[in-house]
Amino acid sequence: MRNPLSEKVTNIKPSGIRKFFDVVSEMPDAISLGVGEPDFDTPWHVRDEGIYTLEKGKTFYTSNAGLLELREEICKYYTRKFHATYDPIKECVITVGGSEGIDIALRAMLNDGDEVIIPEPCYVSYLPCVQLANGTPVQIPLQAKNEFRLTPEELEAAITEKTKVVILPFPNNPTGAIMEREDLEKIAKVILEHDLYVLSDEIYAELSYKGKHVSIASLPGMRDRTIVINGFSKAYAMTGWRLGYALAPALICEQMTKIHQFAIMCAPTNSQYAAVEALRHGDKDIEVMRQAYDQRRRFLMQTFRDLDLECFEPFGAFYVFPNIQKFGMSSEEFAEKLLEQEKVAVVPGTAFGDCGEGFLRISYAYSIDELKEAFSRIKHFLDTIG
Amino acid sequence: MRTNILSLLEENCKLSAKDIAAMLGAEEAEVEAEIAALEKDRVICGYTSIIDWDKTENEFVTALIELKVTPQRGEGFDKIAERIANYPEVDTVYLMSGAYDFAVIIKGKTMKEVSLFVSSKLAPMEAVVGTATHFVLKKYKEHGVKLTNNTKAERLAIMP
Repeated sequence: MRNPLSEKVTNIKPSGIRKFFDVVSEMPDAISLGVGEPDFDTPWHVRDEGIYTLEKGKTFYTSNAGLLELREEICKYYTRKFHATYDPIKECVITVGGSEGIDIALRAMLNDGDEVIIPEPCYVSYLPCVQLANGTPVQIPLQAKNEFRLTPEELEAAITEKTKVVILPFPNNPTGAIMEREDLEKIAKVILEHDLYVLSDEIYAELSYKGKHVSIASLPGMRDRTIVINGFSKAYAMTGWRLGYALAPALICEQMTKIHQFAIMCAPTNSQYAAVEALRHGDKDIEVMRQAYDQRRRFLMQTFRDLDLECFEPFGAFYVFPNIQKFGMSSEEFAEKLLEQEKVAVVPGTAFGDCGEGFLRISYAYSIDELKEAFSRIKHFLDTIG
Repeated sequence: MRTNILSLLEENCKLSAKDIAAMLGAEEAEVEAEIAALEKDRVICGYTSIIDWDKTENEFVTALIELKVTPQRGEGFDKIAERIANYPEVDTVYLMSGAYDFAVIIKGKTMKEVSLFVSSKLAPMEAVVGTATHFVLKKYKEHGVKLTNNTKAERLAIMP
């Protein structure tokens, strides 16, 4: 029989997290700090709206780009909160989570061999999505000493004649790093100089703990060369609703919507109605959750100081990225031993790029009581290996 | 800082001053002093637990009593409220707007015990002009905590 598979697809490495997941899921008494989604339930008024629209029978397809009502709310929200303005009719497409937005943006923009700059450690899907779109990924290993921010020098050094797109994943999963206005201004200068495009993944924008998130699309000259990816999963605790959006200049958005139309048709109607409610009446929910995350973040930083564990203070998302190099183990070894001996699951930094070696991703999308229990086990572990 | 400490304690009074200090980015001693002051000023009036007694073998009944009273000259409702609140059987006393004046919550062992208390102690008070006793049949939520059907949906243990 002929090989039924595509070489391109089989050559893509599966996510490094998978192996770990299988072990953890067979340990019922393990405490996991490995989850990349909020521990909050979707706010009730949003769920209620979802139920209500189902009752009213709003169960048909929406237009390909999504409900106009929702696109209008999204564009208003982006102007109001992040000062980046896109047109709801021609520059906004509702996607199945932020992940779809990443995929269709890259597919809409890349020709064979175009280079895409990916700062690592980062979320696991950028690299395979670039490969699937026949682009060439060019990774930049970000430095702990820069608090895992992207510097203009690092960017400049990675640019070649083939570079077309730069991915900006901030606030960052897995490091929790953010880029502040002055950091972005320097990056924008390089982008403009080299005539590049930016794919700005802002899914964690609302979870910023040092002033408000700044979108690179709000900087002078950048709107027309930025594709913003965002969604409802993190800000509104709506992961399972699978709803995100992309904001992009009309020229790009039109092509993205074409791919979306053929591959997806439209995002789930029910989720779209619930999202309208979230945008209209959800500011308070975001703030309550943001404050709870911020308290846990501070609590963990204090715990790290008590344990003498090195970790830069992250100001975004809900992850901390402590340095474990001094224990003389690889990230994977450390995570495996911690799981085996204390039944605490964390994710090795290497799952997010080779430069994550020597680090762990710890999620604080858990209650203070859960974090306390986990860290009393981690303390015990450090005492035994120390 | 006061408000933040109070919100945290209102939700979980088992948090230590050290935990609260870490969560708010404050000094432990500072938080300790603030809590002591709040206790002294009776802003924090006590620490209690939310117990679903229905899940135990102990049987309790809870009743909400509506009281209509005649306010006293010069003292309004306060004096009568004070007298009602003094009974250890009385759990909660609120002055209400609307169709009646006081809402009184009483916990007792049996319905008979509660009814007897109302008829022998509350109803005969001089200022009381009428009572209506409503027994609680089932508690769904107390102090912001759902008592029924509050199982948490499972998240996957590891996700990128």
